[in-house]
Amino acid sequence: MTMLKSLSAALALLLALVIAPAQAQLQITVTNGDVGALPIAIVPFTQVGSVRVDVAQVVENDLVRSGRFRAMSRDEMRQKPNQPAQFDPAPWRSQGTDNVVVGQVLDDGKGGYVARFFLLDSLSGKSVVAYDIPVRGPEQMRYAAHQIADIVYEKLLGLPGYFNTKIAYVSAQGLGYQRTYQLIVADSDGEQPRVIATSRETLMSPNWSPDRKQLVYVGYERGRSAIYLHTLASGQVRKLVSEKGINGSPVFSPDGTKLAFVLSFEINPDIYVMDVSGGNRRRLTDHYGIDTEPAWSPDGSKLVFTSDRSGRPQIYEISVAGGEPTRLTFQGSQNLRPSYAPDGKSLLFVNVDGGRQRIALQDLPGGALHLLSNGPLDEGPSFAPGGAVIIYSSQGPHGRQLETVSVDGRVRLTMRQATGDVQEPAWSPLLK
Amino acid sequence: MKRNKFLLAVGVLTALLLGACSHGKHDSSAPVPVNTNTSGYADTTGGANQLGNAAEDARTAAERALTNNIVYFDYDSSVIKEEYKSVVSAYARYLSANPAAKVRLEGHTDERGSREYNIGLGERRANAVRDALTAAGVTPAQIAVISYGKERPAVEGHDEAAWSQNRRVQIIRL
Repeated sequence: MTMLKSLSAALALLLALVIAPAQAQLQITVTNGDVGALPIAIVPFTQVGSVRVDVAQVVENDLVRSGRFRAMSRDEMRQKPNQPAQFDPAPWRSQGTDNVVVGQVLDDGKGGYVARFFLLDSLSGKSVVAYDIPVRGPEQMRYAAHQIADIVYEKLLGLPGYFNTKIAYVSAQGLGYQRTYQLIVADSDGEQPRVIATSRETLMSPNWSPDRKQLVYVGYERGRSAIYLHTLASGQVRKLVSEKGINGSPVFSPDGTKLAFVLSFEINPDIYVMDVSGGNRRRLTDHYGIDTEPAWSPDGSKLVFTSDRSGRPQIYEISVAGGEPTRLTFQGSQNLRPSYAPDGKSLLFVNVDGGRQRIALQDLPGGALHLLSNGPLDEGPSFAPGGAVIIYSSQGPHGRQLETVSVDGRVRLTMRQATGDVQEPAWSPLLK
Repeated sequence: MKRNKFLLAVGVLTALLLGACSHGKHDSSAPVPVNTNTSGYADTTGGANQLGNAAEDARTAAERALTNNIVYFDYDSSVIKEEYKSVVSAYARYLSANPAAKVRLEGHTDERGSREYNIGLGERRANAVRDALTAAGVTPAQIAVISYGKERPAVEGHDEAAWSQNRRVQIIRL
């Protein structure tokens, strides 16, 4: 190998350290769609020449992958309007497509762009929604497309869109000594993966701050675990907690001021609460069983957590002020890793029953249990913002992969890497 | 500086490539002898030497006793089973006879259950071995404990054959 060649290989990898390697790119497949999906047409946008992103395609992918929409193919479109004045509703109506999205990407004259789009109704012939979305530069173009998808989704379904969001996950490659872990943050469609942290030791339990500017996670360093706080804009990493023993399960409170987490240095794993700034640390649970995996209620007044105080792991609820925990789960041999739905009305967790480990949703208080996945080794569930979709990790044919499922169980998506394992997904909050 | 970055990048690339190659190396269906470190992780146990005198023989025997450095557990259990008590007692004798010696107890679990619960379970197993060692007279300061939960399986695979090899505490001499 010549010197030149090896240098260029190294250069390519340096780039890859910032932008995640191709193998970390998630491949998305819809495994089960909604039979009642709404027909929609996303007409290719008229775009100024410097724009590389096919905005209409990004919008279409988002909507189709939600399982709630069925998109007309571009070949079937008899006209390609880019504004309401060019829109002839009749052909769309005759093809059974009530909803048509048209638009343009224009220069804003200041080095940026404007993504202008309209949601048109072929029954009334009218524009239902019209927006100009400012786009600072080409690297922001995909976000504008996701915003368009969010607006269309919310307008037509009455549910908040969740496309202009991020997913954090852990990618692990190799075995034994060679295993390498990366904490990655990608767009909700798996695009633009960025490596946040790389380690030869495990990375676990990423959790977003409510303003989605920071992530907390667990890492190991020189035979010791620690909870780290990563600020995305600056890339700054701060070691928040590193006691002897376990430092685990960090989760931001809904107001973003506190963290709940797990420490074992005072004998065995218990739940602690602390200000994000590091002060006012207090122990919330005190039991000889394993207390772990805390999650806040949406109003911040309670926490659920996993505890094996009754023998096997089950889910308990405790006031943030402390006191006696209440057991919430009774079905199956084990229930673990709980979190509340964004509306607080149901509980999401891992259910173990008959040797199968599946994702379950239980109505609160004490309601029916709905199994949302088939197992046998599903884990790490969390809600997408808005609460309509759940993401979790499963054992796929070539390693661990991510799956999403709508809360009604009808729409399923698989996100997998070419190689290695993808695990520990955490969906970011919506940008407020 | 630039050169260092290149070297780092090459190192990472090599690691990734090696990692990719080592995939599938473990065959979960292959019989794995009990009490053997199959993890691919550090086993710092020294090999037996061939010197002939009695003292050396005794040392060799002691060393050999330490090569069994893994205690295996039942599902969701941290009870040290009868057949592994000899592993613990060999280390208790070694640590008591060598007050300067130290060990790290690495607690592991199988892949079933959630990650953070397994971190707790791995620690409970390591603590069970620690408690057995201190009960046998070892000074607590000679023992460090860490749990890796299900993060470092010794054997790949999604069946009891693999799981039984992964529910373990590895005793690592420091």
